[in-house]
Amino acid sequence: MIRLEKRPTPSRVWAWATPVVAVLATMVAGGIMFAALGKNPVEAIRTIFWDPILGEYAFYYRGQLLVKAGPLILIAVGLSLGFRAGIWNIGAEGQYIIGAICGAAVGLALYPLEARWLVFPLMIAAGALGGLLWAMIPGVLKTRFNTNEILVSLLLVYVAEQILAWMALGPLRNPDGSGFPGSRNLRQYEAAANNELIAGSGMHWGVVAALIAVIFAYILLSRHLMGFHIRLAGQSPRAARFAGVNPERLILFCLGISGALAGLAGLFEVAGPAGQISIDFNTGYGFTAIIVAFLGRLHPIGILLAGLLMALTYIGGEAAQATMGLPAAAIQAFQGMLLFFLLGFDVLTSFRVRLGREAHA
Amino acid sequence: MSAGPLLEVSGLRKTYPGVVANDDVSFSVGPGEVHALLGENGAGKSTLVKMVYGLVRPDEGRMTFAGQPYAPSSPHEARSTGVAMVFQHFSLFEALDVAENVALGMETPPPMRTLAASIREVSETYGLPLDPSRLVGDLSAGERQRVEIIRCLLQDPKLLIMDEPTSVLTPQEVGILFDTLRKLQSEGTSILYISHKLEEIRSLCQGATVLRLGRVVGSCDPREKSARELAELMVGTELTAPAVRAGAPGPVALKVDKLSVASPSEFGTALREVSFEVREGEILGIGGVAGNGQDELLGALSGEIGTAPGAVALKGRDIGALGPNARRRLGLLAAPEERLGHAAAPDMSLVENGVLSAWVRKDLVSRGFVDWKRARRYAEEVIAAFDVRTPGPDNAARSLSGGNLQKFVVGREILQKPEVLVINQPTWGVDASAAAAIRQALLDLAGEGAAVVVISQDLDELMEIAGRFAALNEGRLSAARLTEALTMEEIGLMMGGAHGMEVAHV
Repeated sequence: MIRLEKRPTPSRVWAWATPVVAVLATMVAGGIMFAALGKNPVEAIRTIFWDPILGEYAFYYRGQLLVKAGPLILIAVGLSLGFRAGIWNIGAEGQYIIGAICGAAVGLALYPLEARWLVFPLMIAAGALGGLLWAMIPGVLKTRFNTNEILVSLLLVYVAEQILAWMALGPLRNPDGSGFPGSRNLRQYEAAANNELIAGSGMHWGVVAALIAVIFAYILLSRHLMGFHIRLAGQSPRAARFAGVNPERLILFCLGISGALAGLAGLFEVAGPAGQISIDFNTGYGFTAIIVAFLGRLHPIGILLAGLLMALTYIGGEAAQATMGLPAAAIQAFQGMLLFFLLGFDVLTSFRVRLGREAHA
Repeated sequence: MSAGPLLEVSGLRKTYPGVVANDDVSFSVGPGEVHALLGENGAGKSTLVKMVYGLVRPDEGRMTFAGQPYAPSSPHEARSTGVAMVFQHFSLFEALDVAENVALGMETPPPMRTLAASIREVSETYGLPLDPSRLVGDLSAGERQRVEIIRCLLQDPKLLIMDEPTSVLTPQEVGILFDTLRKLQSEGTSILYISHKLEEIRSLCQGATVLRLGRVVGSCDPREKSARELAELMVGTELTAPAVRAGAPGPVALKVDKLSVASPSEFGTALREVSFEVREGEILGIGGVAGNGQDELLGALSGEIGTAPGAVALKGRDIGALGPNARRRLGLLAAPEERLGHAAAPDMSLVENGVLSAWVRKDLVSRGFVDWKRARRYAEEVIAAFDVRTPGPDNAARSLSGGNLQKFVVGREILQKPEVLVINQPTWGVDASAAAAIRQALLDLAGEGAAVVVISQDLDELMEIAGRFAALNEGRLSAARLTEALTMEEIGLMMGGAHGMEVAHV
């Protein structure tokens, strides 16, 4: 019989090994699924994991990798701080949308001013502020009225989507767009554009911001008292109170940071890869970032790697759909397997597996 | 019943990864005998009785019960053979009433009305006053224990195992319990009694088996040994009684004036107009049965619970509005009862747990950044000064035994040189030698001029170290009195032990 035995101290080796084991297990299980669909499993796995980086057409995919990974990492880093403290912001998608709207609105209001040194920083500030304020709604409701932040932040995503549609059709609609929905294209407005910094790399300011966020979060969590209090509150709320942590301040801090970073991600997306506010501007980065945060085990460096891996499965998945005719559902199932195996193998960090008869009741 | 022993245990061995919990343990309990299992924390008493009760299977060895081979594979099997157990920590549902709780623990509960009648009957027969229709959430710890005992007695056991039954009782409640146990004994029930309170064992038990580090180091008739001899057998070394340093108390350090606080938890106890003062160089002992407002008092003093203006003053300064860290800065430190989850975060290392409450006074944070080197040095200092047994400061708090973690938690506060220290249950679940060390440290702290408030349910401890004694009962605090002048009966009355005292003697 197999049984689990709690380790006295969580294993450091397994904490880092489980993501690798989970990726390998996903490849095996996914391969079986692809084989069952009548596709060559080795080719499918290679198309997803290998071709986008080192294949014949990799020059096209490589840029996409950072474009997709940037916002995922930026949002996930913010979310991970709250998740560490036991504060569940599920509404990053909404904060992402509002950040994009606020940032774009500032840029469009200043059009056609040419001073990039003024316009672009103002847009960045507006994007961060928009996301922050949107996240303060569940924050203030929680601290004042003890509402559930999971529910409130999630429902505000749908409110944000309605505001997005209204903005695209109304106030922010391109006056020169012959009545089509959607704003002016910010990429064609030089002072506001968030273009690639190095051609073909996919590296834009949002990717830079993501890297800065990773470093910032790493230092915060490992060196700063605030980070220590975040970890403490998540593990043991009573001990945190004993340590003098003010739970309300912590809630507002964590929601504020995650909202601001999600808002920044939205701003960099709307000024860069997306280019304009449109009805279908948001594509689910805010939700996928939740998976990325957990895949990276809420650790900044882990999130960096997880964001790149998740972006890879998206790009590789699209490539596999296009070149091998794999159904989109199979790719989603494949991504689901990745999360499933990761959470499953996670048990090994705190427990060890023993074979044989049980000794405890 | 045969003339031989009721329970005979021979050569029991049980190992866990890295630990030998029991090794070659043999002893026997005769019919109608009250047999004590003595030993420090971690000596293997719990593992041993869990094997007898079928919760843990031995690796080696065998047992016989009433002459028959006995190898229970579950508590269910143990109960059907005639073995019952009252655990140290109760497994009761606060939102259900007494009869419902009893029914939940039975294999085949009878209809509620019959059950209530038999609970009344057993409670009267054995002198354990208990109303089957009361909510468990409203009961005192002593009454909760009666629920557990009656649940066992309804199964008509031949052997009753009791794990540290008196740790939560007032002296009067202990008296009631002992009467019950003696009555059971006179009816031929054997009792296996686990405790580290030596006087109790000497007055109750006819036989004792002493365990140390998982092995039997001696067996004796406790009536023929002094408490000191028993303690030394248990610890394996000679014990030194703490040296009391007499000193004239100085000016008032902490003054609590009509402190009323609502409890943060549903089944907690609100504090009502609690008033006391502690002087520099003095230890004030606050006794009382668990759940009478101890946690709330500690929270109100540590700063975790805000209080009305003027209710708590440190050296004349109103600190009611200050949080825990502002109070620490002023010299008021606290050590809560619950080690894991309140005083320490279970999965954090000792270094991190040192930072938890010591960063303000030990200067472990500069400009918001934790100085992990200094933090590690501080954790090492605490480990060395308080003899905390751990491979190193990087180990998680929950990997330490209860006694060792307690030494760390107490040491962490004492080494910060508090001016006022409030400590709840300083030696709860700690072995005799560690408890002596902790008490000595508290005495030394007071000797150096600090004011110390010790909240404890261990009256012997308070009598030993406190200069004055007050008791908490249902959120009210009695007036403080000099401990030297107090008798156990007076203390019992101060603790409000009269609560439910009309013993239904038959």
